[in-house]
Amino acid sequence: MSIRLQNIAKHFANTQALEPISLDIHEGELVGLLGPSGSGKTALLRIIAVLENADSSPQPGKILFGDRDVTNVHVRDRRIGFVFQHYALFRHMSVYDNVAFGLTVMPKKRRPSNGEIRARVFRLLEMVQLQHLANRLPAQLSGGQQQRVSLARALAVEPAALLLDEPFGALDAKVRQDLRRWLRRLHDELNFTSVFVTHDQEEALELSDRVVVMSNGRIEQIDTPDTLYRAPKNRFVFEFLGDVNHLEGRVRNGMLTCGDAHLNVDLPDGDEELLLRPHEVRLAEEPSAESHLPVTITAISPVGAEVRVELEADWLAKPWLATVRHADFERLHMRRGQRLFAHPRQWHRFKEDAKTPEQQARVA
Amino acid sequence: MSQLAFWRSGSTRVLPGFGLSMGISVLFISLVLLLPITGLFGQLSELSLAEYFAIITEGRLVASYMVTIGAAAVAALVNAVFGLLLAWVLVRYEFPGKRLLDALMDLPFALTTAVAGITLATLYAGNGWVGSIIEPMGLQIAYTWVGIALAMAFTSIPFVVRTVQPVLEDLPAEVDEAAMSLGATDGVAFRRVIMPHLWPALVTGTGLAFVRSLGEFGAIIFIAGNMPYETEITALMIFVKLQEYDYAGASAIASVVLFVSLALLLAINIWQGRFVRRLHGGKG
Repeated sequence: MSIRLQNIAKHFANTQALEPISLDIHEGELVGLLGPSGSGKTALLRIIAVLENADSSPQPGKILFGDRDVTNVHVRDRRIGFVFQHYALFRHMSVYDNVAFGLTVMPKKRRPSNGEIRARVFRLLEMVQLQHLANRLPAQLSGGQQQRVSLARALAVEPAALLLDEPFGALDAKVRQDLRRWLRRLHDELNFTSVFVTHDQEEALELSDRVVVMSNGRIEQIDTPDTLYRAPKNRFVFEFLGDVNHLEGRVRNGMLTCGDAHLNVDLPDGDEELLLRPHEVRLAEEPSAESHLPVTITAISPVGAEVRVELEADWLAKPWLATVRHADFERLHMRRGQRLFAHPRQWHRFKEDAKTPEQQARVA
Repeated sequence: MSQLAFWRSGSTRVLPGFGLSMGISVLFISLVLLLPITGLFGQLSELSLAEYFAIITEGRLVASYMVTIGAAAVAALVNAVFGLLLAWVLVRYEFPGKRLLDALMDLPFALTTAVAGITLATLYAGNGWVGSIIEPMGLQIAYTWVGIALAMAFTSIPFVVRTVQPVLEDLPAEVDEAAMSLGATDGVAFRRVIMPHLWPALVTGTGLAFVRSLGEFGAIIFIAGNMPYETEITALMIFVKLQEYDYAGASAIASVVLFVSLALLLAINIWQGRFVRRLHGGKG
């Protein structure tokens, strides 16, 4: 089932939580709502679920599930499954009873027989690999297990859409990884439409078919993770999606100067700020004709596929971060306090005043 | 193990001086609680067992048991309903004056009960504000058991509100939302999701309110009318005995009230402890 939002706005007291927003979510799609806290992503999710009402003035918004207008339909009749950050399990009920809840509260006419409920609950518990814990109370389970119960509970009523509010936010990193992968697989298997909220860029990019980046109650960009990362529409998206190095300076005659550092750029004269991702910084022992950016290594973190190196210089307001291949790391014998030269492989530039995405990348 | 660590001297804890503080506590409890009770039993020893039973089963006194227990039961039930409602409103809603209402809840604790009794009596008496309206309609509250129940309800409502409130605060609104998103109607969500959490606290609060009502004196005597066999409460009977300088008789009646209250409190405590353990991950 597709979800269409038209002109949805929300304000709490005097603050505008959501500016009028329109959003199309296709059938079977897994969409991530990504943004810093206070960006309105949770408000948007709760409005889709009608746990929160959208503003009805000045202009009433509209919510469509498929072709059905559900704007004024109560949450219990919307056929959505909702998963909460803190699980919201019924603490006095066993795992089995939690999962069965949605089935047992159905009106008599639609309610499956007891045997059928039992079969369905155990099928779901098997799917979340918890059938051996059916008789436990939620307090006896770990966080990851509780969240799986809460997923099974939401799926029991065969919702047309699954909404998840920071589903992995309360879990530790390892469990989070597992659960993320597992949710992706479940989604591909059952093919329901899902929307989840997260403030974790990595999670959004890894899990979603499309990501909706939000800030200050506005949608900044909607795109596939790949496009989003490679072609951010504005500076906010670029900065929010990963680590960013800033290079500020004045351009004169095709050369950007900043203290004793300079870099050849193909830009008109004036003040400029260039942005670089850590992997776009190459380190070498010598400057080149193109660039002269002396830096000093202040910290090294060799964990992972690449070595993360922190760089400082007196022409830099904030330290830079560079990721270096282990081979290069060893070849240059990098150590703390070492002086090297940075060479941008590529840089980006966003014009503040122009709302249009103006981004330039070049190979140095 | 923790028990052991607790007793072991020399262990580092935030507050040192276990021996001293425990000693003072025991002394305090002895002086304030145990000594008067011992005095009570000292008085009782003047009576033979037969005399004791004769006193506590006397007709007028038995009638007062009925009045007290009946009115206290009604008051407790009324408080269970309205106390739950008040706690719900205080926890789940935001409204102007919420803090004031919250503070007001403790008023019956703070107010001298005699003042409350006089206020209630003047309000509901035939010439009072409320009394002058309802008595022509054939309803009488002052000087009936209804008045007694009303006074009891007034003095004991904080018990229900203050025991239910923290439990309700502990129950996130998300749980209601989860129930609703799974298709539960409001009634079903309340019965199957909210009540199972609340009723232990509700029963405890109601029980405490009931026990409190059994012993209430000041707030009731002004509105009760104190007619023998009709609107006399047990606490008043003790007072009457005292005025007759019958200390042994007064002690006998007091001991009955004491035993009933103590038994109820103990039962509530044990039962509540068992429930709390179950809910927080103990053996199901």
